[in-house]
Amino acid sequence: MKLTTLAFGAALAVSAVSAAWAQAKEQFFPVLVYRTGAYAPNGVPFANGYVDYLKLTNARGGINGVKVIWEECETGYATDRGVECYERLKGKNGGATVFQPLSTGITFALTEKAPADKIPLITAGYGRSESTDGMVFKWNFPLTGTYWDAADIILQHLAKKEGGWDKLRGKKIAHIFHDSPYGKEPIPLLQERQKMHGFELTLIPVTHPGVEQKAAWLQVRQLRPDYVLLWGWGVMNSTALKEAVATGFPRDKMYGVWWAGAEPDVKDVGDGARGYNALALQHGAEPNSAIVKEVLAKVHDKGQGTGPRDEVGQVLYMRGLTAAMLAVEGVKRAQERFGKGKVMTGEQARWGYENLALDQKKLDALGFSGVMRPISTSCADHRGATWARMHTWDGKKWNFTSDWYQSDEALIKPMIRAAADKYAAEKKIERRTPADCQS
Amino acid sequence: MLYRENGQFKTSYTSDLQVFPIAQDRIGIALLLAFAVFAVPLLADEYMFRAILIPFLILALAALGLNILVGYCGQISLGTGAFMAVGAYAAYNLFVRIDGMPMLLAILLGGAFSAAVGVLFGIPSLRIKGLYLAVATLAAQFFCDWAFLRIKWFTNDSASGSVSVSGLSLLGWKIDTPHEKYLLCLGIAIVFAMLAKNLVRSHIGREWMAIRDMDVAAAVIGIRPVYAKLTAFAVSSFIVGVAGALWGFVHLGAWEPAAFSIDRSFQLLFMIIIGGLGSIMGSFFGAAFIVVLPIFLNQALPALGALVGVTISTAAVAHTEFMIFGALIVFFLIVEPHGLARLWSIGKEKLRLWPFPH
Repeated sequence: MKLTTLAFGAALAVSAVSAAWAQAKEQFFPVLVYRTGAYAPNGVPFANGYVDYLKLTNARGGINGVKVIWEECETGYATDRGVECYERLKGKNGGATVFQPLSTGITFALTEKAPADKIPLITAGYGRSESTDGMVFKWNFPLTGTYWDAADIILQHLAKKEGGWDKLRGKKIAHIFHDSPYGKEPIPLLQERQKMHGFELTLIPVTHPGVEQKAAWLQVRQLRPDYVLLWGWGVMNSTALKEAVATGFPRDKMYGVWWAGAEPDVKDVGDGARGYNALALQHGAEPNSAIVKEVLAKVHDKGQGTGPRDEVGQVLYMRGLTAAMLAVEGVKRAQERFGKGKVMTGEQARWGYENLALDQKKLDALGFSGVMRPISTSCADHRGATWARMHTWDGKKWNFTSDWYQSDEALIKPMIRAAADKYAAEKKIERRTPADCQS
Repeated sequence: MLYRENGQFKTSYTSDLQVFPIAQDRIGIALLLAFAVFAVPLLADEYMFRAILIPFLILALAALGLNILVGYCGQISLGTGAFMAVGAYAAYNLFVRIDGMPMLLAILLGGAFSAAVGVLFGIPSLRIKGLYLAVATLAAQFFCDWAFLRIKWFTNDSASGSVSVSGLSLLGWKIDTPHEKYLLCLGIAIVFAMLAKNLVRSHIGREWMAIRDMDVAAAVIGIRPVYAKLTAFAVSSFIVGVAGALWGFVHLGAWEPAAFSIDRSFQLLFMIIIGGLGSIMGSFFGAAFIVVLPIFLNQALPALGALVGVTISTAAVAHTEFMIFGALIVFFLIVEPHGLARLWSIGKEKLRLWPFPH
């Protein structure tokens, strides 16, 4: 039995190696997805958007002529399966360009592995907050914002609504979160803000997968908080909204993170979710944007769409599209330095992600005007931008209901620095030198 | 014809008490071990090591531990994930809090902590039996899940509740390539398999089996149930804890309590049921079945589809994987309710008579 499995594996390995030889001038993007399991309703549109953008890149003629290829691997949001997928895909087709696991748990596991394999990780809008510090986390790119930014921006919005930070004093805020690294990540920031402004913070964990929340909402009923922050994913979000309806907690006092503000979260609840607010990671649902029209024309009209046509332009679809765009643009940036029209290695692509400079002109040319704001990364800042705004569900669609916010650098920067230093000390890594930044 | 023990006489007690009394078995195992130690590192690539062989070895070790409790002592436990978690978190805390703590010692001490917790949660087994005990051990699972999620001290005040280790080394040997990690896991698995094999042949192993077969009768002939059951819990949890520490340290590198959830407990229980209750070999068979088969199906299905010109979507592959996997479990349990290990020994019996069966 053991022998035969070994032989099987060896055969597989051999075929993988021979497949790698056959490749020519193709940039390989592994795609970790979850199209099954408790988080599939949210994982599927993201994956479809991601793959559609890669298809569009080829339709546009590749990255300066380099065709992109990709392969999906199903993680089911499970860390061990994610690690297996990573190992499976990292060496294929001449080597993976970048990984985007779309799971905080998998991100943590891959953060330990990626530096050794010299493959960058993009965690756009999730992952480790302290990985913003590129001087310690050389291979992590939490582009467009982290959970600390998200939590800070929600609190800024609440303060603004109340008429100033001082008005938050004595207010009760409940943080209902997915009991995993994902939901726990914003807690240090919330606690920091709590110390500064004197609101009451109650932490209410919900265990995976989040279909059982009666106890959490009983607590909400007893506590009667002024605001509820919702840090859920997958079925947890729609369940939370249903429980809020049952408890009679006003939906317009609920604020979701950007992963709790998409169509699958509210659609089943329908009218009950009206007034529910969530952060928008720059974009919301953008059915009228130029990029969506281009995807429809060049991918879906050709019969090559990955998912259903009416999903194109939805919030999570757009998030997948944007994530893929960032991955591709990083490679394009790297080509500027290492040779146009060449296949970039993961190490070269890393330089591209670290020196990303997408200004408004470039975004307009890509069709992302109105979808994304300019972003530029550096050695010290692997995040690039922290813009976000609120959108609110009106029973049929998401509408923007606030101005743009940016997180408070003065507060977050020292926290990032401290957390990154702690990580570096635990792992006995030296901070990178300025010279290393040029490499 | 080749596999036949004719002419092999046992002339001393030692030769009579050998683990593998048949010379061909000894040669086979020696060859297998030699293959695993010397040939596999040359043949396997990084993917094989990291995604298949290392998880297989670690989970086989955990299954081995559970098999001692369930297969040999007859105490059903659903708290295996919890004992793995105790091993992993104890080893982690020892490793990061004590400067200069050797990794192997941390892992073994992790096992020791796990053994202590195992004994604690094994106490109800003195009063509760069978399925009721399974439910009682669930308490261990939920308690440990809760403790490692909530008590910040265990995770070294990590903000996200996820902990990670790196810089593994053993007596100056830096373990960072997958090949070295594989050898570490293989070494530990071999040592524990040998220990377990000898333990279950010793007087304590016989006590466990007597308790399993009929505890009242065992008590009547002078076996202390308290001692037998609690030692089974201790030894089992120790091995499971070591496996848990390896799972965190060597395989995942960074983990959260979800890595040791109730799903893990069930997975391990299925491993030993499919592999064979009360069999050391069966633990390895079961682990191979449960670890390797889903991954194999996941990769083979798209390839098979491509052969006949069909593109199977990722979701369809995942669903089909579950269906085929489930069907195979049912199939094997119908064909041989005593697990793959029993199939293996039937095969050996047949081979002894081949080509002239009675």
